[in-house]
Amino acid sequence: MTKTAIVAGAILGAAFALTLGSASAQEFYGALKKIKDSGTIIIGHNEDSPPFASFGADGKPLGYSIDICNKIAAAAKAELKLDNLTIKYQAVNGQTRTPLLVNGTVDLVCATTTNTFSRQKQVDFLNTMFVTGNRLLVKKNSGIKEIEDLKGKVVSANQGTTNEKVLNELNQKLNLGIKVLSTKDQPQGWIALETDRTDAHMTDEVVEYGLIAKAKNPDQYAVVGRLLSFDPYAVVIRRDDSAFRSLGNRVLADLYRSGEWEQIYTKWMSTIGQPLSPELKLLMSMQNYPD
Amino acid sequence: MRYNWNWSVLFADPYLGWLLSGLGWTVLVSAAAWIIGLALGSVIGVMRTLPSPIARAIGATYVEIFRNIPLLVQIFLFYFVLPELLPREMGRWLKRDLPHPEFTMAVISLGLYTACRVAEQVRAGINTAGRGQASAGLATGLTLAQVYRFILLPLAYRLTIPALTNEFLNVFKNSSLALTIGVLELTARARAVADYTYQSIEAFAAASLIYASISFLIAFLMRRVERRARLAGTLAAGTH
Repeated sequence: MTKTAIVAGAILGAAFALTLGSASAQEFYGALKKIKDSGTIIIGHNEDSPPFASFGADGKPLGYSIDICNKIAAAAKAELKLDNLTIKYQAVNGQTRTPLLVNGTVDLVCATTTNTFSRQKQVDFLNTMFVTGNRLLVKKNSGIKEIEDLKGKVVSANQGTTNEKVLNELNQKLNLGIKVLSTKDQPQGWIALETDRTDAHMTDEVVEYGLIAKAKNPDQYAVVGRLLSFDPYAVVIRRDDSAFRSLGNRVLADLYRSGEWEQIYTKWMSTIGQPLSPELKLLMSMQNYPD
Repeated sequence: MRYNWNWSVLFADPYLGWLLSGLGWTVLVSAAAWIIGLALGSVIGVMRTLPSPIARAIGATYVEIFRNIPLLVQIFLFYFVLPELLPREMGRWLKRDLPHPEFTMAVISLGLYTACRVAEQVRAGINTAGRGQASAGLATGLTLAQVYRFILLPLAYRLTIPALTNEFLNVFKNSSLALTIGVLELTARARAVADYTYQSIEAFAAASLIYASISFLIAFLMRRVERRARLAGTLAAGTH
């Protein structure tokens, strides 16, 4: 064997080893790599948004969004061929959600987050898992039917939410002269309405049914008016991580296709008396991309 | 960390306007609450040093009540619970016809809380000025009111300028709790910017910087006031 042949062989061998190595490594990056290396997936969740995400009696988070994220965790475990995967839960809120996701404290956020383009500059979203929109929560005897009936009245919406944004925009556009009370969270929006401090509370329709379901006298309250916005909820993940996004979207598509999604929907939405509408069913079935 | 830094969001429309209007409300709430706190706190502080046991008891009760309940709870009680305890019409007036109800209740609540803190400083100042000064004043034929007006209070305020500065900085920072009843002050606006843009780190960094700069400015100004107001031969003068 000549010297050159040995060198050529060595280079070939090295190149082969290199491609082999990269072939097994290229499969995992981003969140999946982190989950594989640590053997742990950390789910960020809301703590005050039933039936989507809240604490159960045993102190563990539960709800519609949590069920979906647990399915994603199970799919990650299968994809990574892990024998054991620890699922950890970490409560987040509107302020901590982005920093904790971006710095790796949580791997995905399962809450009631509306997918918007301005948020996409910082984070990424899976496909839509629920669709709702703003309507008005009022007292039944108030006679309020539509947002136009609120001329000169007091209406609350929570600080920093898309609901507050929609309320301020409509107030200007329709020239209603509504006095806006920016409440801190849902319980305060509720107490303000209950004590007649406000005439209506504006938030996502599905959240309003949840609030009424928890009330002392639910028959005194009503959700009224047309849909004032379009709010597609989605699971939040880190940007530039298409492998993890693809895994999550596959889980969603499988749920929509198999009908398992309807069971999860009924399990949680029946607690607030919300039957599945044909429109929502159609919207979801449009996302069951084939394998 | 794959954070997408974007400091320019702080200067973009409408977010810059939000932060500035938030700063405006923060200053308004703090200033108004401080006026109530200083005025009422001085009265309560004086009451705690008067010879009358009834006046002392009233002063002590006030201080103990307001000092021992967390401010956050006090604000909540004033805003949500008080109107329900009053007669129906009065409660309704508080909830609906009071001008700027969130702002007004935040100022009253923060003012009453600050008063109990100021009262303690004023009382300490009067005690530091000493019984001797009061006795000497009374011996020269001044009435008790004159002793307070011309001798004890001027001494007490000057002696407690550093402590009162501290209380003022506290009011300024405590004013952020007004967001819990819907006053859109600086912290609330920073939260809103964070929620709308998802640039939380930038929004809260900006709010922190604004709070810190104003605190430094106040501390600097008050140190100058303190230097000008100091009295030769008193304890406070000895520290310089």
